[in-house]
Amino acid sequence: MSLNGWLQITLFITLTLLLAKPMGLYMARVFEGRRTWLDPVLIPCERLLYRLTGVNPNEEMRWTEYCVAMLVFTAATVVLTYVIQRLQVYLPFNPQHLPGVAPALALNTAVSFSTNTNWQAYTPESTMSYLTQMLGLATHNFWSAATGIALAIAFIRGIVRREMKTLGNFWVDVTRATLWILLPISIVLALVYTSQGVIDNLKPYTTATLVQPMTATSTGADGKTTTSTVTTQTIAQGPTASQESIKELGTNGGGFFNANSAHPFENPTPLTNFLEMLSILLIPAGLVVTLGKMVGSPKHGWAVLACMTILWFLGVFTCYWAESQPNPLYHNVDQSNSYMLQSGGNMEGKEVRFGITGSALFATVTTDTSTGAVNSMHDSFMPLGGLVPMVNILLGEVIFGGVGSGLYGIIVFIIISVFIAGLMVGRTPEYLGKKIEAFDVKMAMLFLLIFPLVILGFSAVSLLMPNIGLGSLSNHGPHGLSEVLYAYASAAGNNGSAFAGLNANTNWYNYSLAVTMFFGRFMMIVPMLAIAGNLAGKKITPETAGTFPVTTPTFTVLLLSVIIIVGALTFFPALSLGPVLEHLLLHAGHAF
Amino acid sequence: MKKTLITSVLYTIVTAILLGLAYPMLVLGLSHLLFPHQADGSLITRNGKVVGSALIGQAFSGDMYFHSRPSAAGNGYDPTASGGSNLAATSSALITRIDASVAAEKIGNTPVPVDLVTASGSGLDPDISPAAAYYQAPRIAQARHLPISTVNRLIEDHITQRLFGLLGEPHVNVLELNLALDSQSAH
Repeated sequence: MSLNGWLQITLFITLTLLLAKPMGLYMARVFEGRRTWLDPVLIPCERLLYRLTGVNPNEEMRWTEYCVAMLVFTAATVVLTYVIQRLQVYLPFNPQHLPGVAPALALNTAVSFSTNTNWQAYTPESTMSYLTQMLGLATHNFWSAATGIALAIAFIRGIVRREMKTLGNFWVDVTRATLWILLPISIVLALVYTSQGVIDNLKPYTTATLVQPMTATSTGADGKTTTSTVTTQTIAQGPTASQESIKELGTNGGGFFNANSAHPFENPTPLTNFLEMLSILLIPAGLVVTLGKMVGSPKHGWAVLACMTILWFLGVFTCYWAESQPNPLYHNVDQSNSYMLQSGGNMEGKEVRFGITGSALFATVTTDTSTGAVNSMHDSFMPLGGLVPMVNILLGEVIFGGVGSGLYGIIVFIIISVFIAGLMVGRTPEYLGKKIEAFDVKMAMLFLLIFPLVILGFSAVSLLMPNIGLGSLSNHGPHGLSEVLYAYASAAGNNGSAFAGLNANTNWYNYSLAVTMFFGRFMMIVPMLAIAGNLAGKKITPETAGTFPVTTPTFTVLLLSVIIIVGALTFFPALSLGPVLEHLLLHAGHAF
Repeated sequence: MKKTLITSVLYTIVTAILLGLAYPMLVLGLSHLLFPHQADGSLITRNGKVVGSALIGQAFSGDMYFHSRPSAAGNGYDPTASGGSNLAATSSALITRIDASVAAEKIGNTPVPVDLVTASGSGLDPDISPAAAYYQAPRIAQARHLPISTVNRLIEDHITQRLFGLLGEPHVNVLELNLALDSQSAH
């Protein structure tokens, strides 16, 4: 660890928290329908969109209607993406003449992008045409993010509204999230990224003549090794910048290229790296301020943000420390840190321009949220360094969290927290004037239980199948368990990052991970919306001396403890057999 | 339900055109207007031929050129198959590979800078650390019959420092450094 590293990390969190307030207040304006400076341009677009699609913006929806609209819309987008992938060979913007995508992979990808997971079981530059990237995948980056924001806003309305049955209009919320928030910021960021070197074109791949011809060794199917001289390099191209900006802003994380944000065409400089990380937290941190603003208790928003910031710090500290350590199994390698000369530490799977700091911070931020973009390969992290992204996901991605999903996730944890506080003092728990009753707690527990059920259930089944499950592992020993556990955690958390050594492009993993992603998104949204609908119908209970305040440091600590205890109780056994055991064995000198 | 279905399909189609065609085309147009060189891949041409991209690494071998980092992209630095090795810190395959790289790069008894023997995340890392560049300087100087001070100065000229003295890590672009080395030798 170095002083410069900590300065970069401090600057990052300071800017994140400074941006949260203006961003949060702006989003509150957008969803309360108050005036914004973009109105003159966007209101005509909004009206046109409603006219073309037959939306009545004044129609209010109950939670069930809101939920059905969301589900049917998502289904329609999944079908579109599946069809485009299958038919891409017949469609334009395919200069590399890439064939149609296989059914299992096409389904996995369509579900993956619609659930905001963006898990990728394929190498994009050799699988997806430019049209598929733009029309099939970039679109989902907007749709899933806008849907997430809409759901969070609906949940906030459930808290704010009294004795009402409705939560707002799904189409209006998605439209406003897209036009007022996602699209303008994406355009600006895309241009900044291009200025730094992120590509954006529709050219066929470029053939470059190598400065020095290279000898390539390949092993054929018969096991014979052949060497050949390679004199050219085929440089993959494509409309990258437009997808790169929404990829992080919408906490999506699906790479235009296989290497994701490690690829120099996606993330060429330390500046793009910094902006990509900032844009990941921009909306999730802002939404917490929006919550405080819309419920009329800004302090509550800051108490929640404080909890998130503490959890963020614990993650980044552990990851940065672990990755700065030398690997004890290397010999004759200089792994020390030097300010002027090298970042040192565990550089396997990391880029020189980002070093340890830029990689560890990115890994923490991308898994605090549901982003899952990576600028370094988590599979090659030190055991305790790789533990951090995994734990971040397993805690439910509520450390700022995905756009929207982070906010409704943390509200579920808040409901459990005030319920526990209520039990301790023997009173009916309340949250911002709403009584929390049996139905709400049941739904909150359903939300919390589905998550470990799919992760641990599918991991266990995979581990029991020597060929289908274990055959996909690329690493052995405790790290093999980590690879499987990480895959299902990432899918259920709709994260999309991976311990990518696992070959997930098999029928078992494609289908089981698709099911996991589906459950991790929709089976959690339904109970969440049920709570929101139920809360909206309740009266406001006046605050008394016995009400547990949700604006104090005590509340922050209680929330923090609940998140850690629920996560630790559920996943500690699995984690101790994976990364923790691997750490101990590494320092005892074992390799696998 | 039927109305929701119709709205969903229409909304999908209309927004797909907006977000999947109009938006990327707008960014494409603006980026070519403002930053055409970057948007096309920061390509480097020599004598009318494209010899690579300033952002995409290439493999170099022998004593005459600065070596890039090991690469896990395809057969090495293949931009159609970007990616890392994904080998764990406890992988014996990784340790074997590192030992081989150390044997190939080692000069005297000085330990090899870590980035020179580890594969990057993208497999296309265009850079090495200044430590890795200076480490190779004696070999280059000897092979090219150049004074070591000339090689060191060339390295110094090619170090990209931290942005604002703060962000990122200092790095040296290997392709640009080697091209500069070639033109230096040609003089």
